Amino acid sequence: MLPELGEFALILALLLSALQAFFGIAGPALGRARWQDSVVPAVAGQFVMVLTAVGCLVASFVNNDFSVQYVAENSNSALPLFYRVAALWGAHEGSLLLWIFLLACWTLAVAIGVARLRQAFAVRVLGVLGVVSFGFLLFTLATSNPFLRLDPAAPDGRDLNPLLQDPALAAHPPILYTGYVGFAVAFAFACAAMLEGKLDETWARLTRPWASAAWAFLTCGIALGSWWAYYDLGWGGYWFWDPVENASFMPWLVGTALIHSLAATEKRGLFKSWTLLLAILAFSMSLLGTFLVRSGVLVSVHSFAADPTRGIFILIFLIVMIGGAFSLYAWRAPALRSKAGFEIVSRESFLLFNNILLVVAAATVLGGTLAPLISDALHLGTLSVGPQYFGPMFLVSMLPLLALVSVGLHAKWKRGGVVEARRPILITLGVGVVVGLAVFVGAFADAGWLTPVGIALGVWLILSSLIDPLDRLRRGLSLSRAVLGMTVAHIGLGVFAIAVTSVQSFTHERDIALAIGESAPVGGYQFRFDKLESVDGPNYDGVGAQISVLREGALVAVLHPEKRHYFVQGSVMTEASIAVKPTRNILVALGEDLGAGRWSIRAQIRPLINYVWIAALIMAIGGVLALSDRRYRTARVAAERAAAGGGSAAGTAVGEQGA
Amino acid sequence: MTPRRKRMTFVAGVVLGVAIAGGLALRAFQNNVTFFFDPSQIAAGEVPKGERFRLGGMVTKGSVERSPGSLEVHFIVTDFKHDVPVSYTGVLPDLFREGTGVVAHGRLTPQGVFVADEVLAKHDENYMPPEVARSLKDQHASVTRKLPDAS
Repeated sequence: MLPELGEFALILALLLSALQAFFGIAGPALGRARWQDSVVPAVAGQFVMVLTAVGCLVASFVNNDFSVQYVAENSNSALPLFYRVAALWGAHEGSLLLWIFLLACWTLAVAIGVARLRQAFAVRVLGVLGVVSFGFLLFTLATSNPFLRLDPAAPDGRDLNPLLQDPALAAHPPILYTGYVGFAVAFAFACAAMLEGKLDETWARLTRPWASAAWAFLTCGIALGSWWAYYDLGWGGYWFWDPVENASFMPWLVGTALIHSLAATEKRGLFKSWTLLLAILAFSMSLLGTFLVRSGVLVSVHSFAADPTRGIFILIFLIVMIGGAFSLYAWRAPALRSKAGFEIVSRESFLLFNNILLVVAAATVLGGTLAPLISDALHLGTLSVGPQYFGPMFLVSMLPLLALVSVGLHAKWKRGGVVEARRPILITLGVGVVVGLAVFVGAFADAGWLTPVGIALGVWLILSSLIDPLDRLRRGLSLSRAVLGMTVAHIGLGVFAIAVTSVQSFTHERDIALAIGESAPVGGYQFRFDKLESVDGPNYDGVGAQISVLREGALVAVLHPEKRHYFVQGSVMTEASIAVKPTRNILVALGEDLGAGRWSIRAQIRPLINYVWIAALIMAIGGVLALSDRRYRTARVAAERAAAGGGSAAGTAVGEQGA
Repeated sequence: MTPRRKRMTFVAGVVLGVAIAGGLALRAFQNNVTFFFDPSQIAAGEVPKGERFRLGGMVTKGSVERSPGSLEVHFIVTDFKHDVPVSYTGVLPDLFREGTGVVAHGRLTPQGVFVADEVLAKHDENYMPPEVARSLKDQHASVTRKLPDAS
């Protein structure tokens, strides 16, 4: 009964999203007041329907209703309750439902947030979101219905993939998707502004907090996924440049460019058309990512759906959405002219360079991700692109970016260069170089050039971002949340640069063969195999080892890696054991019985790895701080006033200078 | 400088930067792309000498050998037409089993042994790398196509 109710609710949601899209876009265009009035009720109704559908599927999981195919394939009566709920997004159909649910949440939040804006604009934003929602609901109902019944019902479920039975992974998809889907809001604002032809600074000011929120969620989601890969995938890898990781990373890069470009548009009315383009691109990347992940066209550790009809559907949807947005852009962009100009050395130009580098980085990631597809389609051979390509390419654009941030932070808007701030810039740079060299010479001379450079740039960035806020505090000036947020996020970036370059250079990893009582050295530590015992879990059994880690004879950690065998799917899982230290993580994974009493064991020492994820968290906190700035709370009032008093035509005027 | 010249310098700088990035990307790309070959392609000598590539196929049943207590393991990868001996030192992935699909990264020695530095596993135990599946399917199709001729 419940699954049918859920499916029915989804169909109603589809109809409501169609109404929302139609009334939202046609209403203001034709000036029908009653059409416009019905958009918000449609949004609310759709939210309730989607919530009902999600509730029905969750109930089916909780009740172990194995007559529902999706439940039977992804759950089991022995599965703990927590994972039975999280199993909702354990596979393709449920993930899509989650996507739709989060879009409904964002849409509802937007409906509340823009309620006090001019109705025509608010309604258009909701209308565009309605189009997105309609597409995904149609996709779900047509190709990926999670409520399909099994006849006869399965006696028990096939269990959730053991790799997904983990708290971090339970939280990873919702947070990541919240970020993904959040860029739909910036996209909707951009489209609404273009539909209206009123592209002044108000648009940028309205969009900024939404874009920052989406960006913060995406940052957390990516970091959580990386953390999960590190400790749960079993072998200590934390980033693989896997197509699916890239799919989440590309919107992040473009989204980062977007929030910076929005700053220039809001403050100075510059880069209007570029910002619009980025808003469209960021969401296009989200959609493209969904396409890549869901269509199974790419070889990936994540790709669970390999159904061509799904791929074609998303491709068509992608073309309609992106094509539509770009047509709109082509129609409106010629009318966009910025009044303001700026000097070559000014904050604007630094933001522009930031944007170029980020977009170049996104483009190189995109190229590497799509190359196997293109090569395959053109029969040029089956190839794969790995970290050997992505790593160096990414550095090419990111290292200059780090330096640019440190300098650009001190550039004034419009003009004025950085001459006044030359002293602090040079001093912080000097400190950075000294620290980098000290680490290089003192601790890890064998590590190659990357680490001193990364550490120098990171230290420089952190110190450089602190100059201005500290100066303000010293002079007794207040610090706005926006400035504070920016500072925090940039410090996060600095920490990230230091951490990631250290991890890349100083990781020690070795596969060793040990019998009980034997030990082997890895990276200055001794790993001693103490004993082997059997383990019993609720839905698995296996063997566990005890491995002592010693440094110069002193015990550092005792680790218990396991090799688990999950009953239902018959799969074998490696549970790594990790000792978390302030400066490094020591990871041990148990391989297999090699015979002669020996086992293969992977030992890995990664310095500062935790700071990679902490840095991402700091960046996200910065984003949240920035979006909580006072002016966004008053932005709505300001926008109202502008709308009431203005009446001026579309962002007009003369010759855009600069790019 | 006039505003116009300033703008042109600016644009030229940007174009130059993008061009350098693009050039580097292409270079990195050419040097770091790994191609996929199956045992039949190797037998036909299609693999460029000394190049790192990906080998895919099925692990022949009963072919996995290791001297007890050693990390070094030997097995045979087949596409049911040709075989390639593989040698690998290290921890094998959880899903590595005889009679299932496998993808290995490595190089071919002059003796025809594939020395792998990485053996890949995937999330799903039923998962077969698409290129392996396709290569096996092609082989199968060509075998069945030949059957009528033989009879």
